[in-house]
Amino acid sequence: MANTITQTSAPALVVADEQIDEALRLRLYRLQVEIREAEQRAYDLFLQSLVKGTSHLSLGQEAVAAGCAAAMQKGDLSFCTYRGHAHTIARGVPIEKVLGELMGRDNGLLRGKGGSMHLTSVEHGVMGSYAIIGAHLPIACGAAWRAQYKGDKDVSVCFFGDGTTNIGAFHEALNFAAIWKLPVVFVCENNLYMEYTPISEVTAVADPAAGRASAYGLESIIADGQDADVVYRTAKVAIDKARAGGGPSLLEFRTYRYSGHSRADPAKYRPAGELEYWKQNRDAIKIYRQRLVDTGVSQDKITAIETEVKAIVDQATETCKAAPPSSLDILYTDVYADGGWAWRN
Amino acid sequence: MAELTYRDAVARGIAQEMARDSDVVFLGEDIAKAGGVFKATVGLLEQFGPMRVRDTPISEQAILGAAMGAAMTGLKPIAEIMFSDFIAVCFDYIANEFPKSRYMTNGQAKCPLVVRTANGGSVRFGAQHSQSVENWCMMIPGLKVVAPSNPRDVVGLMAAAVRDPDPVIFFEHKGLYAAKGEVEDGEIVDTLGSAKIVRPGKDATILALALMVPRALAAAEKLQAEHGINCEVIDVRSLVPIDTQTILASVARTSRLFTVEENPRLCGWGAELVSIVVDEAFYSLDGPPVRITTPHIPLPAAERLEDLAIPSVERIAETVRRSLAG
Repeated sequence: MANTITQTSAPALVVADEQIDEALRLRLYRLQVEIREAEQRAYDLFLQSLVKGTSHLSLGQEAVAAGCAAAMQKGDLSFCTYRGHAHTIARGVPIEKVLGELMGRDNGLLRGKGGSMHLTSVEHGVMGSYAIIGAHLPIACGAAWRAQYKGDKDVSVCFFGDGTTNIGAFHEALNFAAIWKLPVVFVCENNLYMEYTPISEVTAVADPAAGRASAYGLESIIADGQDADVVYRTAKVAIDKARAGGGPSLLEFRTYRYSGHSRADPAKYRPAGELEYWKQNRDAIKIYRQRLVDTGVSQDKITAIETEVKAIVDQATETCKAAPPSSLDILYTDVYADGGWAWRN
Repeated sequence: MAELTYRDAVARGIAQEMARDSDVVFLGEDIAKAGGVFKATVGLLEQFGPMRVRDTPISEQAILGAAMGAAMTGLKPIAEIMFSDFIAVCFDYIANEFPKSRYMTNGQAKCPLVVRTANGGSVRFGAQHSQSVENWCMMIPGLKVVAPSNPRDVVGLMAAAVRDPDPVIFFEHKGLYAAKGEVEDGEIVDTLGSAKIVRPGKDATILALALMVPRALAAAEKLQAEHGINCEVIDVRSLVPIDTQTILASVARTSRLFTVEENPRLCGWGAELVSIVVDEAFYSLDGPPVRITTPHIPLPAAERLEDLAIPSVERIAETVRRSLAG
């Protein structure tokens, strides 16, 4: 049995000859550092009680968001989960807007009406962060259907966790996308834990996404989610294919989250040493920093990115702290398209 | 002017809007090649082609999710959920996604779509294919909810729903699909949120929806003929937005209020309307408002049992007569 699982879980290697030049490498590194610094700041602000409610951080999973965003074009659409800060920032939404939203400030991306789990910026192609597991996979199909029907060339990219692969909407969406040959890419971030429970304990196959792909006539694809180059190349192949009319893809990236599932979770269920192993040996930022050094990028350029990003996050934090809280007059706005909330005459 | 069945009016209403606007698309189970299990969408595939009229798998979440994604990005989808009971399978979209996206995103997201679905009983389908679930949708901020009672309103309210920029749940009544009515030629566009006085009267106001409208009208005729009681019957038509002005003005004239609801008793739409009338027109009332509803039970299948459960012409007339005799 163990052998069988090992065999079926053998990663299908995605080899793309996509050239990654220095400018793209610097962009990939910068995106990852932005996500790391912003998420770490969000965590710190929680500890200071400046962020209320809940939050689901992507610390450790930066390479997936950065690699996919870099493979997307302007006009492509992102559909995210409640663990969506990283994907929102990766599409170019200012960190200040994200932190402001988390802090319930009037300068927030949604002026405080959505919060951490619903980050959306239509102008950046971030079509929403969805807090009901699986809900956005069919929604991404619908956006892709529009592109197909109108002859638009954009691709919808839908991010979700390993836990999503066990909910009905995942399976409905994959079948739907496959039969209609929709320009949508499903990206599973397999961080090994559904919430508190290891995904392996609750899933019938070893690879929660890739192991289901054949049921929908799709290629089984697993790739390293800690290496932004690998993510970029893998995503680029799938996105190009979708854009060319080749239909949907299901990608599974192996990754790891450093924090608990949410703010409330201290993640005590992890085996001893697991977190330390990933941080030491599989950290996306460390891996990519070394990649820059190995490919001859100067230390000055690397340090400049790190310094700049830290300054941006510091400045964003101060701006948000000084910003007024959500304005009370928005409580009743935008329930309906007329801007108001009237349900009777 | 032509006599149309309620089911033919569905197809006509959809066709009117699809012919007008190429962004209107239609998806659902068996709606295209088969023309719908209630034959309410016959001819649309032939008229508008397979890219706009698309059969789907039995995947209610995919149907509603896809409709939403298409709506958010520029189309105006009409999605069919075959029986309204199945809304429970995809309630996430109705309760959490459609109605909240605009608010949560501070107005960035739009969701102009129509979900049409066959609602209600009297067709002996049993507890999971006969429910009246309009109140499930009425309680959710951000949705609009309509339920036409006749072919003309089907066409006009369908047009209004498709043209509306908000998500609209459109409840067709499966007990009315064979009902006939006069429908004028040419484009018909009605207004959401307008109730209609379908029988003027002075002794009592009866509010009804969908299949309960013809029953309330028949009860009113019976009360007039047998007891000289002259009831005003209002077809509520739209639960959200709700035309409280027409209802409050009627109660001011008649001083008595009855609701005829097919939904089970608890939290039926009539409870909300009674609450509004009592709050705002208490001193117009000469007696307690009375709700005539299906009892708080699952619906049985057998003819005799189902007929006993859903408000009948006789039950409506007798309840009004007794209450007015007070």
